[in-house]
Amino acid sequence: MNTRGLRSQLKDSVPVTGMGPQVGAYGVQDTLRSGFSSVKNELLPSHALELSEKNFQLNQDKMNFSTLRNIQGLHAPLKLQMEYRAARQIQRLPFLQSSHLALDTLKGNDESISFEDILNDPAQSEMMGEPHVMVEYKLGMM
Amino acid sequence: MALSNVLETPASGFNFENVSRNVALDGLLEGGHTKAPKPMKTGTTIAGVVCKDGVVLGADTRATSGEVVADKMCAKIHYISPNMYCCGAGTAADTEKTTDLLSSNLTIFSMTSGRNPRVVMAVNILQDMLFRYKGQIGASLILGGVDCTGNHLYTVGPYGSIDNVPYLAMGSGDLAALGILEDRFKPNMELEEAKELVRDAIHSGIMSDLGSGNNIDICVITKQGVDYIRPYQESEYKDKRQRRYKYRPGTTSILTEKIVPLELEVVQETVQRMHTA
Repeated sequence: MNTRGLRSQLKDSVPVTGMGPQVGAYGVQDTLRSGFSSVKNELLPSHALELSEKNFQLNQDKMNFSTLRNIQGLHAPLKLQMEYRAARQIQRLPFLQSSHLALDTLKGNDESISFEDILNDPAQSEMMGEPHVMVEYKLGMM
Repeated sequence: MALSNVLETPASGFNFENVSRNVALDGLLEGGHTKAPKPMKTGTTIAGVVCKDGVVLGADTRATSGEVVADKMCAKIHYISPNMYCCGAGTAADTEKTTDLLSSNLTIFSMTSGRNPRVVMAVNILQDMLFRYKGQIGASLILGGVDCTGNHLYTVGPYGSIDNVPYLAMGSGDLAALGILEDRFKPNMELEEAKELVRDAIHSGIMSDLGSGNNIDICVITKQGVDYIRPYQESEYKDKRQRRYKYRPGTTSILTEKIVPLELEVVQETVQRMHTA
């Protein structure tokens, strides 16, 4: 369920995580891997929902945790986030399919269906990544 | 073939990669003679009324795609749960998928908790979902149902607004239908009277609005069960197409008849037993 309180906790500038891969090892555009850069493409997401959907889960979690902190004290979100971190580590190597069963159960995603379960299923993705490259990216060696 | 520029598995959910391509294509098509295809809308009249024993929902059955009638017998009253049905106006695909998702979520809930879902729960789920997508999902819904707290009728707009009222109409023909409802609605009506009222409201929507037409469907939800009458009333402008074009036997008259018997004699006869166990 979405919480409706504490809308002031939402920040106006939310970190857009998709912009990460274009920054290469020295902090500039990695032309070899991601092509030439275009300022226009990076500045504006083109669809009204693109930015809000990218950060929807993050914002929901932020609002829920701050409500929980105000009601029950700091320990409640702290314990929950510790469990999330532990559950997030239970997965296979990046190029393989992981079920995220523990994480889904903790978040309650196993009892609801939304567009994330129907559209763009990663198990049926048409693109396959190079295993070495993906593992190096995950470990931060890129 | 593995691609070396894919660094993470793509996230599930909506994918916005083609948006800039679509915008560019729209710009090209505007100057040319072709137009982008329009989604199928259900320019509609839907109405609902709360009566003494339950809720009566009604809808017309025309789905339009631009200026063409795309479906003459489309079902606009969707099943949500055994005690709740939902009429949908707006983009046909959006109403179908949204009500499907709602129905699935409520089924999972009733299986895990062992309770029948209430109408307020369905309305809140719909509101959360539609508000999250900021009106891009073009679905205006009328949700009616009977649960342990009584008979309820709610409307949910495409941006996530809800309203809880005893009688409602939505869609492009809603003004015409609301006129009839405002005139003749009384609280605690009998079931037959409520059915007639909804039928008249949808009928006036069909007569006054281009986007509504064809037949009228009625769905009656009571504590005892659901009566989904489809069609409640057929339009008098039915098309009389016959689907089979084979000639009936006897179409051509027989002039003469000559019978030649074929004589067969039995040469060999073998009997084989069949075991049926």
